[in-house]
Amino acid sequence: MAQVVIRSLNKKFDEVHAVKDVNLDIRDKEFMVFVGPSGCGKTTTLRMVAGLESITSGRILIDDKVINELAPMDRDIAMVFQNYALYPHMSVYDNMAFGLKMRKFGRADIAKRVHEAAEILGIQQLLQRKPRQLSGGQRQRVALGRAIVRHPQVFLFDEPLSNLDAKLRVQMRVELKKLHDRLGTTAIYVTHDQVEAMTLGDRVVVMKDGLVQQVGEPLELYNEPANRFVAGFLGSPAMNFATVKVNRNNGAIWAASAGMQIKVPPEFADRLGRYVGQEVTLGIRPEDLHVASAADPTELGFDVVVEVVEKLGSEILLDVAAGPDTMVASVEPNVRAKIHDRLRLALNPERLHFFDMQSEAAI
Amino acid sequence: MIEGAIWRRWVFFYFPLTAFIVALLFPFYWMVITTIRPDSELYRPWNAPNYAPFWTSHPTWVHIKDLLTETLFGTWMLNTMIISLAATAISLFCGLLAGYALSRLKFPFAGSLGTMIFITYLVPQTLLFIPLADIIRNFRLGDTPWALILTYPTFLIPFCTWLMMGYFKSIPKELEECARIDGATRWKAMVYIIFPIAVPGILSAGIFAFTLSWNEFIYALVFLSSPEEKTVPVGVTSELIRGDVFYWGELMAGALLGSIPVAFVYSFFVEHYVASLTGSVKG
Repeated sequence: MAQVVIRSLNKKFDEVHAVKDVNLDIRDKEFMVFVGPSGCGKTTTLRMVAGLESITSGRILIDDKVINELAPMDRDIAMVFQNYALYPHMSVYDNMAFGLKMRKFGRADIAKRVHEAAEILGIQQLLQRKPRQLSGGQRQRVALGRAIVRHPQVFLFDEPLSNLDAKLRVQMRVELKKLHDRLGTTAIYVTHDQVEAMTLGDRVVVMKDGLVQQVGEPLELYNEPANRFVAGFLGSPAMNFATVKVNRNNGAIWAASAGMQIKVPPEFADRLGRYVGQEVTLGIRPEDLHVASAADPTELGFDVVVEVVEKLGSEILLDVAAGPDTMVASVEPNVRAKIHDRLRLALNPERLHFFDMQSEAAI
Repeated sequence: MIEGAIWRRWVFFYFPLTAFIVALLFPFYWMVITTIRPDSELYRPWNAPNYAPFWTSHPTWVHIKDLLTETLFGTWMLNTMIISLAATAISLFCGLLAGYALSRLKFPFAGSLGTMIFITYLVPQTLLFIPLADIIRNFRLGDTPWALILTYPTFLIPFCTWLMMGYFKSIPKELEECARIDGATRWKAMVYIIFPIAVPGILSAGIFAFTLSWNEFIYALVFLSSPEEKTVPVGVTSELIRGDVFYWGELMAGALLGSIPVAFVYSFFVEHYVASLTGSVKG
């Protein structure tokens, strides 16, 4: 049982305000992912939870106990580092046993726990090796093993998969998820990879410039981003943005730019009403665009010129120009489009996003 | 390895390498050959018919025997060994802790302190021995091994500190952080994690410190006066050169025997020593 509560957390390094007023409630057994571009304060926040960085102001509580002043060793946490931080002079067994030895566990108990963890991670046959004799994936497992032998209250992961090659990363991602389901320990996971964030997290915290942008379940963030940054950061290929002017015409609200003229569905009309005559940012995800057919109403379509065709097999990505705006559309693999072709694309009216030009908040 | 034609390999690799090895090893060869040549060959004029400077036809142990029986060479060796080991131990201990603190702990003026320690290393011993002589006299340490055991660290500690600072900086900080999360105090993380990883660095600092103290000349010459307190470099040169008479055979025998411990230390630790100069922690 361990929930982690962060209240008004701030961190300043001399001139740089790295973490600004972060408030979070991480529930027991939850897998919480911090995601954001580099320098967004996610690792600093994690290191403050670990006790490796001092706290400028604010409080961190684990199970209702303020841990601000506790040494890392007294917080009952385990951390997996990006470069694994395996002790190079110790065997895998000793690496995993080190934390237990420091905590004065009995020899038999240590052996039992290490073998248990090794079995979970499938590294029993590596216990006598030194870290330098291991591959990247094996080192990663040992680092995980070292964290789980202690049965800590909270796991902290600092970009643990970023040193692995792409294939291994996908594999370890799945294993991490399974491991978390099996152990049920509260976990905080830092990554800059939005795919990892979406696939691993029970909930995801998106950070930028030290500020929390949005907290929520992965699909919630994906479908209802709070602002333009979150919308653009999550999803690959990224959301398309275009600047449009909001007009009222014949009782309906229209969003128009040089390259398109779209009738805004009634559910957005209310919210966009007060932007009439002003410019807003329109966001459309690539998968919400398709090649228009006769069934599509004309007021939801616009003409484009194909600039690049990327055939990915399961889908085709079309980089297109709609007037001055460029967009990416993810279309069915059977679409026959060539470079310089003129096409008409239609969009899914229920999945439009609008953002304020100044505040960038979702409308 | 040099690619291409065989002549290129000879011109750019084998020839320079051979020249280098000859230049390095010739003094040792000269030392050995002079040690085992009888005086009659040593003092033969260069234009004598059977003059052969690079070879001897009558090798003899007489110089070594003389050195060991007629002089206090054994005592000098023992003195040098005790002084070098003690000075090295003191310097390593201080250098290790200072190097760790300067590279790992955050405290005001850590950077400038490091530079200042380095600057003290740059003060030449030929200047420093004058004030030091005064201090040694005031503490009444003159002509005792302590005069050297306590003064050698003045140049050994800055040296060890700098070497260890560089080495500690090459050890990833995460290792220590991980150990501290694992339940180690800073002291335990240092002893169980950082120092074992730094063994190559510690060894090379130790070897260098030992060699520097073993070969040190000026302080030993100034602070020690009785023959039975002297170290090898001073003892050999002061007792085997009398006026303008050079006892070349014994001198070279002393130099040869005096360099054996250093050579032994080097070859014994060479593996670690090379590792610490060529790379640090392989994860």
